[in-house]
Amino acid sequence: MTDTTAHIDDHHAQPKGLARWLFTTNHKEIGTLYLVFSLAMFLVGGAMAMVIRAELFQPGLQLVNPEFFNQMTTMHALVMIFGAVMPAFVGLANWMVPMMIGAPDMALPRMNNWSFWILPFAFLILLSTLFMPSGAPASGWTLYPPLSLQGGNSFAFVIFAIHLMGISSIMGAINIIATILNMRAPGMTLLRMPLFVWTWLITAFLLIAVMPVLAGAVTMLLTDRFFDTSFFNAAGGGDPVMYQHIFWFFGHPEVYIMILPAFGIISEIIPTFSRKRLFGYTAMVYATASIAFLSFIVWAHHMFTVGMPLGGALFFMYATMIIAVPTGIKVFNWVSTMWRGSMTFETPMLFAIAFVVLFTIGGFSGVMLAIVPADFQYHDTYFVVAHFHYVLVTGAVFAIMAAAYYWLPKWTGHMYDERLGKIHFWWSTISVNVLFFPQHYLGLAGMPRRIPDYSVQFAEFNLISSIGGFAFGLAQLLFVWIVIKCVRGGEKATANVWEGARGLEWTVPSPAPLHTFDTPPQVDDSVTAHKDQLA
Amino acid sequence: MKRTNELIVGLAMMAVITVITWGLFAVGDNMPVGVTPFSRDVYQLHMIVLGIVTVIGILVFAAMFTSIYLHRKSRGAESAKFTHSTRAEITWTVIPILILVAMAIPATRVLIDMEDMSGAEMNIKVTGYQWLWQYEYLEDDISFYSALDRDSNAARQIGSDISPREVDNYLLEVDKRMVVPTNTKIRILLTSGDVIHSWWVPDLGWKRDAIPGMVNEAWTLIEEPGVYRGQCAELCGKDHGFMPVVVEAVSPEDYRAWVAEQTGGEQTAAAAPALDEMDRETLMAHGEDIYQAHCAACHREDGSGMQPAFPALAGNAVVNGELSEHIDVVVNGRPGTAMAAFGQRLDARDLAATLTYTRNAFGNQTGDLVQPEDVAALTDAQLDESLVSTGRPAN
Repeated sequence: MTDTTAHIDDHHAQPKGLARWLFTTNHKEIGTLYLVFSLAMFLVGGAMAMVIRAELFQPGLQLVNPEFFNQMTTMHALVMIFGAVMPAFVGLANWMVPMMIGAPDMALPRMNNWSFWILPFAFLILLSTLFMPSGAPASGWTLYPPLSLQGGNSFAFVIFAIHLMGISSIMGAINIIATILNMRAPGMTLLRMPLFVWTWLITAFLLIAVMPVLAGAVTMLLTDRFFDTSFFNAAGGGDPVMYQHIFWFFGHPEVYIMILPAFGIISEIIPTFSRKRLFGYTAMVYATASIAFLSFIVWAHHMFTVGMPLGGALFFMYATMIIAVPTGIKVFNWVSTMWRGSMTFETPMLFAIAFVVLFTIGGFSGVMLAIVPADFQYHDTYFVVAHFHYVLVTGAVFAIMAAAYYWLPKWTGHMYDERLGKIHFWWSTISVNVLFFPQHYLGLAGMPRRIPDYSVQFAEFNLISSIGGFAFGLAQLLFVWIVIKCVRGGEKATANVWEGARGLEWTVPSPAPLHTFDTPPQVDDSVTAHKDQLA
Repeated sequence: MKRTNELIVGLAMMAVITVITWGLFAVGDNMPVGVTPFSRDVYQLHMIVLGIVTVIGILVFAAMFTSIYLHRKSRGAESAKFTHSTRAEITWTVIPILILVAMAIPATRVLIDMEDMSGAEMNIKVTGYQWLWQYEYLEDDISFYSALDRDSNAARQIGSDISPREVDNYLLEVDKRMVVPTNTKIRILLTSGDVIHSWWVPDLGWKRDAIPGMVNEAWTLIEEPGVYRGQCAELCGKDHGFMPVVVEAVSPEDYRAWVAEQTGGEQTAAAAPALDEMDRETLMAHGEDIYQAHCAACHREDGSGMQPAFPALAGNAVVNGELSEHIDVVVNGRPGTAMAAFGQRLDARDLAATLTYTRNAFGNQTGDLVQPEDVAALTDAQLDESLVSTGRPAN
């Protein structure tokens, strides 16, 4: 019954133009919408980063006043996290998960449409606060009270926008879980699923668990600010530290929400270009699940300096350090996958290799930050800024870039320009290190984060960092051009695209037709990327 | 051939990066060793962990780049078939656990030491405000505010033609330093009068948040005399970058001399009854000092304010209007805005002087002389109300 209706809808009454995109329930079209939206937000958030780096180019205030600077750091984070990285992963999931498990579409197509279309409005509201009299939020993306409560009435818009983003994420997550658990093709056992599917399944559970926590936290901010409650107001018997506990109970799993799908992408790309199956597939699945579990019990490592009992500090230190073990397993497995492979180095592989190296560097500074006494020095300095940009830019964003190059031929039917891709890679990789590596030194030497101006002793490294920042920003315009060029034309892509690619998505033609796997394929080890090692 | 070049570039980059990064640490762009037993322990921990992760990094990346060089298709490499090795997987699970335990043991020891407040010889209460610090020496009965010094403040204004490079200790100097004795275990109590701040001097080895409604504690024991500089480390609003911490450690003898000087000065002030009438000149001069330290960050040195959040005082309706309303705003603040309740920070004398100054400066010409008694009369009546409404957000 449902099948028949869908059939009629799609082949005979497909709307054209804007209506096609507004009303689409097709997972590929919605995936495209997510990806385009994410790219747009990446440029908006990037423009804000350029303002920040331009102000920090030299000591003294030259371009913006401190209030606006704080608005920029806050909005840069909110836009990049909720507008660029998360929607990019959801877009990739929309496009790839049904094709990877042999499903015709997502399980809940109409909800899928809704969860995307909430986002542009959420960001319209969020970005509009920049033009309101009381300005955009300026208390950092963490919105710590009491500072965040000093903001003007635009704060209500910010909270509403965050609620919308949360609703969108939760619906997306429910859809992904429903799809993966219910719509796998015959033979696609859980332990044959591609790792991208696995990591997204686990990520979706994280999203469902923590987005409501964020919603609760910001709602309490809303009532404290506008309805005279005192959840976080010490003068009324509330506790500002409680907000931090609640926020980071969301915030730490959120960090993994932004990196687990990246692990999945890298675990697809490295085997393809090594022409060898992924090493330790089962261990990878369990490592991902362990990381997800640990993410719920380490939140207070973001707040060691608020003053907590010795036992609490020790617990959160040990729990945090343990995360290094499953993360290490992943890195070792990627290296072992390359070992004795037959590698080639197309752009996706280059980004994947850079991911492994640079994400690992971010992981190393993460281990350093876990050491509580040392964290008393590192906390809230540029060392932390360097750390999370290594895991989020050279981690999450590089993985998204790798995924875009890897699957663009499947999406568009054209090969991207390999020469330009390589230029983009080297330009980005060099400039991103010029941008972020010096920030480690700045932090160690004593430069706090979130300051618009600094002592002259920090001038040299800030100058280098800003130059790296401008270069990295420029490189991303090249990326936009490469994508446009690939959409418009180029060498025809074959169904398999890459010589070593395995998995169901490579069995359909390129570009993938609007409807794939209307009849479920029969799946066995010969077509899957991964053998069920337990079977 | 072209791809081999890429590898050479890659490996060369890795080597250069390793040399440069450690070279920079070696020449001093690193965490300071500091001047307390704790800061030295922290530095050692930092270097141990940094060393361990560097070695692990070199091993892992070397294996990866070797593989990238040897096992490439262009060299005719055929891919192997293996997909797991239980022995290898157990090894690289167990070894990292052992390394982590080795790191956790010294970290735990240092942390336990840090938390041991016993045997403190003196107590200093540090209160963060937007955007200055208050230091209260509990035993010696000294209390003062410490804000960004005027030279830095002038140079940091947008459009200022003073180069930061010409200002000594740009952004890291205060109008009044926190003076402490060396070789004395000092317990520091931290709290805040408005939003969360974080008190940090890298040479002491730690930072700790100053949180409204709660008192945090930490301790230090400075072994070498000197001036140690730091900054607020928790975003606290627009001037977060402009509230430095400067600690001057002197010998215990010099410290006693400093205390005598402070309390001597204080006694003269205390000798005169606090609510004594002051003449216009005294009020204006004192008022200007207080204004520049406490008000100018938002309302600007010339009272021009910063629209829209921080109204101009020049020509302001409240400042030029009814005195009782003006006192109310200054003493109780404007809930839901950045205007703090200064009744908590300043005494009647300071408030009266500031009110007088603002009502007769920046072109304001009310001609009013506000006396401490006027302020006291109003604040006594409103004491209960002010306690309830402090820092409370509302529309």
